[in-house]
Amino acid sequence: MKILLITEQRDAKWNKVSFETLAAAQQIAQQAKGSLSGVVIGKGVTALADELAGYQLEEVLLVEHDLLAAYTPDGFSIALRQVVESAKPDLVLFPHTYQVRDFAPKLAASLQKGMIGDCIAYRYENGKPAAAGKLIFVRQMFQGRTAADVVFTGEVPWVASFQAGAFRADLAAKHAGGKAPVKAVSVDLKPEQIRTKPLELFREAKQAVDLTQAPILVSVGRGIKAPENIQMAEKLAKLMGGEISASRPICDEGWLPMERQIGSSGQTVAPKLYLALGISGAIQHVVGMKGSRTIAAINKDPNAPIFEVADYGIVGDLFEVVPAMIEELTIQQGSSS
Amino acid sequence: MKIGVCVKQVPAKDAPLAIVDGGAWIRESDIGFETNEPDTYALEEALRLKEKHGGEVVAISMGPERAKQTIKEALAKGAERGIHVADSEFYKLDPLTSARSLAAAIEKENFDLILTGLQSDDQGFGQTGVLLAELLGRPHATIIMSIEVTDGRMKLKRELEAGWFQWVELPLPAVITIQSGINKPRYATLKGIMAAKKKEIATVDRASLGVADSYTEKVERIYVPQKTKKTEFITGSPKESAAKLIEKLRHEARVL
Repeated sequence: MKILLITEQRDAKWNKVSFETLAAAQQIAQQAKGSLSGVVIGKGVTALADELAGYQLEEVLLVEHDLLAAYTPDGFSIALRQVVESAKPDLVLFPHTYQVRDFAPKLAASLQKGMIGDCIAYRYENGKPAAAGKLIFVRQMFQGRTAADVVFTGEVPWVASFQAGAFRADLAAKHAGGKAPVKAVSVDLKPEQIRTKPLELFREAKQAVDLTQAPILVSVGRGIKAPENIQMAEKLAKLMGGEISASRPICDEGWLPMERQIGSSGQTVAPKLYLALGISGAIQHVVGMKGSRTIAAINKDPNAPIFEVADYGIVGDLFEVVPAMIEELTIQQGSSS
Repeated sequence: MKIGVCVKQVPAKDAPLAIVDGGAWIRESDIGFETNEPDTYALEEALRLKEKHGGEVVAISMGPERAKQTIKEALAKGAERGIHVADSEFYKLDPLTSARSLAAAIEKENFDLILTGLQSDDQGFGQTGVLLAELLGRPHATIIMSIEVTDGRMKLKRELEAGWFQWVELPLPAVITIQSGINKPRYATLKGIMAAKKKEIATVDRASLGVADSYTEKVERIYVPQKTKKTEFITGSPKESAAKLIEKLRHEARVL
């Protein structure tokens, strides 16, 4: 099994999901007694190739071209097709990022291949990577309500991508003996082949809040005790990339605007993570959030009904646990950016 | 502007899912269906572009007989006509074969613009738009939050991760996948529903399109992932339990 891992960067900064997929690729390569090559694609990314070479892989392929400085689906597909055709891998792995969604199916189709995208796991049938053991990819269907085992049926190369969070980047093994060689690979690209013109990148100021669209909600209840304590929950929400919301009493008090109220008289939400801080879990509240994919609750009362719907619970003082979470996330984010 | 919009019919959000035939698909007989929500935004965007620039909107759906209902809803909202690519076992197709079938069915329409939703809420492959572009030889852009058309070119706002956006330009004809939330989809009016009855839906049998069933991948089995809603209590000092909770949310629940 020869595996080709395509990493992702922008402005010479890694998309960190690349290293999660690296960990998965190393694992598959080891189990199948195969080899793994990593690809760094862009312009002015030699330093990233060197960094990747410090990990356990056979070689790093450095694909640089003026026309790859800014991402375009045409440029990246055409260039990577040439790389795949010359490297002849059995399996091409991507991190499932927005950019990968944008071009990897096109790349696969240009090779007359399909792609199994957004996988959350893989396994070998019978647990064995022998000739008899099929490589099975697991992906979600019906918005995560079901899982599906998917296998490749056609000729190699196979193209697959792994969802962010499916593997742990910190399990990516460093190179055992120094560094893997970095090999520059030239690609043939012409300006007229690139039909998309990429313009400037920008961020926008936050618009009026729509809690139903928030992937993560940090929600406060009576246990927050005073309006000045909401700041702490807001800080945690920000670190988690989420929004702040509340149970009815908090909004009735005017500590947060009504638009942030969750429950039968407020909004019904189903984020991927709902973190309830000091919320007892009255039914009027629970009906508004019980569809959340993962629910975590911090409450002083071990018998609070919120724990009946929670996946994770901490029985404790939120004024101790929340600052500790803020500290932990601040350290993690500081070390990874 | 001649716009094609791909709309899929999927199980209603609250439909109970019973897996049948050893994990081949779900029981369809006693559940409700609706238009795939991401596609409703693509349809709305198509209708707005037509209202601004003139032209026609054609709603295209692949699926069993029931998929016609989704086309009818699009016609009631203002699409001019529909194309139904009929296949009662559409769920057996891999993304590439699905896209090849759609491409074969609409190729001769020569649309200026083809819009799709971001992904479907049932299989969720999220590849149809990109594959259609490749198969029809068109440029494309995905996860689009705004479209401006001037002189045969489009300026698009593309959503990136972590709050970033990017402006991109590309020429027509093209294929665009639309991010949910780009607009507020309209409701069909009674007048629209009445008018839709006179609109044409052309049915094309997928088997007649001459697309080889050369599958590159196969869904072996659909199943309900093991989920036990049993609260896992995390213990330790505040510092320890905070760190453990973050670790679990990140790597076990994978929601952080």
